[in-house]
Amino acid sequence: MSPIKSAMGMTPQVMEVRSKRMELLSANIANADTPGYKARDIDFASVIGAARDSGSAMMRTHENHIGPGSGSGEIEVKYRAPSQPSTDGNTVDSHREHAAFMDNAVRYQASLNFLDGRIRGLRIAIRGQV
Amino acid sequence: MSLFSAIDVSATALEAQTLRLNTISSNLANANTVSGDPNSAYRAQHVVFETMYSDAHQAFADANAGVQVSEVVLSEVPARQEYSPGHPLADENGFVYRSTVNSVEEIANMVEASRSYQSSVEAMNTVKQLILRTLTLGR
Repeated sequence: MSPIKSAMGMTPQVMEVRSKRMELLSANIANADTPGYKARDIDFASVIGAARDSGSAMMRTHENHIGPGSGSGEIEVKYRAPSQPSTDGNTVDSHREHAAFMDNAVRYQASLNFLDGRIRGLRIAIRGQV
Repeated sequence: MSLFSAIDVSATALEAQTLRLNTISSNLANANTVSGDPNSAYRAQHVVFETMYSDAHQAFADANAGVQVSEVVLSEVPARQEYSPGHPLADENGFVYRSTVNSVEEIANMVEASRSYQSSVEAMNTVKQLILRTLTLGR
């Protein structure tokens, strides 16, 4: 792993999952009135856990070996357990979706701030002066 | 990039809700339309929403799930018959036929459509801000 990449840590992967989740949640909000639509979401902890574990596992000793997949891995999408399903089969609870959307936006911004701080640190290290 | 497709998804919702608002305005405008024939009386229009996946083969894994109007259905409620022999459009028995629009239902529908529209605009705005902040990363 390149030193610059390792300096960024997990943050880029986290942001990838967050932006994917952003897309899912806006799809849920867009389909709030669609009959039969099932709300979907990502279990953030399990996706990030899988990405972290896959980074350390298995060494390739032959070029025909199939690797464990890329670092970020497949992002697994799950259906949300409905709290108040409606008779037309729609399981979107718009308050819940809005809350999740806001939460995700704030956390995405937090990741941006972390990344910003790391980039600033690297710049200082490169220039050797503040 | 996923954040841009989030904007696309919200845009499909805006389009679908606009069509819904259009049918509602047609219905409200024609709420008092009168006809001399039960078959030509105005029938309320209602949109039917449908999820639009960007790729039908990966409906579940692929997140890009917008919304579209699959069809506009006409109300099956029979036209309201009214006895009004003096009306210029009355048929030979003195009946006129009023439109099938239920104004109260339409207003409730309109409020719901405008709320959904607002939600999608808000989602779009938030995503736009995140994209802009991402662009200024490292400045």
